[in-house]
Amino acid sequence: MTFLKKIQWDALLMPLVGLVLTLLAWQLVSGRVTPQTQADGTVEEVKSGLIQDLPGPLQTWEKTKKYIVEPFAKREELDQGVLRFTWYSLVIVGKGYAIALILGTPLGFLLGLSKNFSKMFDPIIQVLRPVSPLAWMPLGVVIFANSGKSANELAALFTIAVCAMWPTVLNTAVGVRAIPQDYLNVARVLKLSRTKTLFRIMIPATLPYMFTGYRLSLGIAWLVIVAVEMLTGRIGIGNFLWNEYNNGLYTSIVLCILTIGLVGYVLDRGMSLLERRFKSAV
Amino acid sequence: MADHVEIANLSKVFPTPKGPLRVVKDFNLKIRRGEFVSLIGHSGCGKSTVLSILAGLSDASAGGIVLAGKELTGPGPDRGVVFQSPTLLPWMTAMENVMLGVDQVFYTASREERRQIAEYYLTVVGLADAMHKRPAELSQGMRQRVGIARAFALSPKMLLLDEPFGMLDSLTRFELQQVLLDLWNRNRLTALMVTHDVDEALFLSDRIVMMTNGPEAEVGEILEVPFARPRRRQELLESPEYYRLREQLIEFLNVRAYTLKGQTPGQGHGPGTASHAPTPAAAEPTKPGANADHAALKKEPALKA
Repeated sequence: MTFLKKIQWDALLMPLVGLVLTLLAWQLVSGRVTPQTQADGTVEEVKSGLIQDLPGPLQTWEKTKKYIVEPFAKREELDQGVLRFTWYSLVIVGKGYAIALILGTPLGFLLGLSKNFSKMFDPIIQVLRPVSPLAWMPLGVVIFANSGKSANELAALFTIAVCAMWPTVLNTAVGVRAIPQDYLNVARVLKLSRTKTLFRIMIPATLPYMFTGYRLSLGIAWLVIVAVEMLTGRIGIGNFLWNEYNNGLYTSIVLCILTIGLVGYVLDRGMSLLERRFKSAV
Repeated sequence: MADHVEIANLSKVFPTPKGPLRVVKDFNLKIRRGEFVSLIGHSGCGKSTVLSILAGLSDASAGGIVLAGKELTGPGPDRGVVFQSPTLLPWMTAMENVMLGVDQVFYTASREERRQIAEYYLTVVGLADAMHKRPAELSQGMRQRVGIARAFALSPKMLLLDEPFGMLDSLTRFELQQVLLDLWNRNRLTALMVTHDVDEALFLSDRIVMMTNGPEAEVGEILEVPFARPRRRQELLESPEYYRLREQLIEFLNVRAYTLKGQTPGQGHGPGTASHAPTPAAAEPTKPGANADHAALKKEPALKA
């Protein structure tokens, strides 16, 4: 009994302690702005502190409250609630992610099924995989430059899809290679057709691996969105961050970072719940 | 009666780093229609290799197999295979696992008819209440029941059983041997079973084919099992004939399986044979109910569990 209680306490209390300590440390190193009346009667803001331009937690809360308490408000094009910006970003991430899965899953299957295919294309994949979204983005802009109004969106989708699909490709390939021979023997003994073997045996057997890939891909897709919005100027959380940086409103940058982190965390938890469901089903 | 299955000069050579290894050499066997034959031998003697060639999962290096007048090429649902582990697909219920094969074989039947076939066999093996459960919710024994139902539901020309009860505890094993025998009594499918369990072979088979030790294993001796069918385990255990046959089998496995190949019993020739030295205790007919696995043969299931 006491043991159980202790665990629950720890699970709740320890993260809270960590949070408070982090906030304290943040407050300590952050800068303060104090208005000071000069000799000539003008009031000047004097900065002090360890990192003068880093806004502290309290200051961040005060300055960005309006984005948080009305998270879906739309006052102006560039003055919207933080979750509204996030929503725009999520929509584009969702589309790019879907493309990544639609392309990545069959590619992974081909890699897993055919040794020759794997020998041909695995080196290329390994070279393309570590390329940063910042490098892909200009290429995307160039490729879709003549697509008129949707050029920006297509470039963004291209970048997200290209960056996010690799974990799906590689994990699917590993999953296909890991299908137990026993299952394939069942298919052989029953003389299942190729399609039936694929849909009734291979895909279900690979599903847990595929979902690990899907989870990692989603993480990358979300990671890429900030870079994409900075470069294309599409409205969204990353674009908001960039604009506020240009406006010198550093508190908003902190807000955006926290929001992006939280959303990423929620997405990852959601996917890992799904993943676990599929794993337990198998 | 015409031979239903004819295995002629079957050989299997595996390439190894030390050069080709001939596991099975000139294996010859004829099986009558409706006959239940067991292959018994030490682990590594190639009995499972013979079975997997019959199943079409492995190619013969030489020789061939004729089933019901046709030479076998590759696997097919005309042979129902019960693997050592049930190899059920974990994302399907027991019913769906059986249906996968039934759909394949009886594709001309209506969906309802096919469902009834699957239901019938699952009920006969005692899974009427569990047919919509997934393998993860079933015990090891229940899973193997599904495996048996799946093989029988195909109405195959032949049944192939690869140590079907090797992974089960002895009580469950007895239960499932009975399930298998009951089901077999209904259709009398021609069956070939690989086993290392002397009592299992005696209880189920019409003939027991004893294989010599590997490499280059071949048919050593064949034992006719004269007990009338349907058999009851209790009656068998009360018959002195049972113990005579049993002793003959053990004697072969402990001595002649080696000497026929010019090996000395108890000397390690090939994998897993070193521990099979005949000891006075091992040659003594133990009470089958109490100790199903003969002491000398006990090593194998422990390794595979």
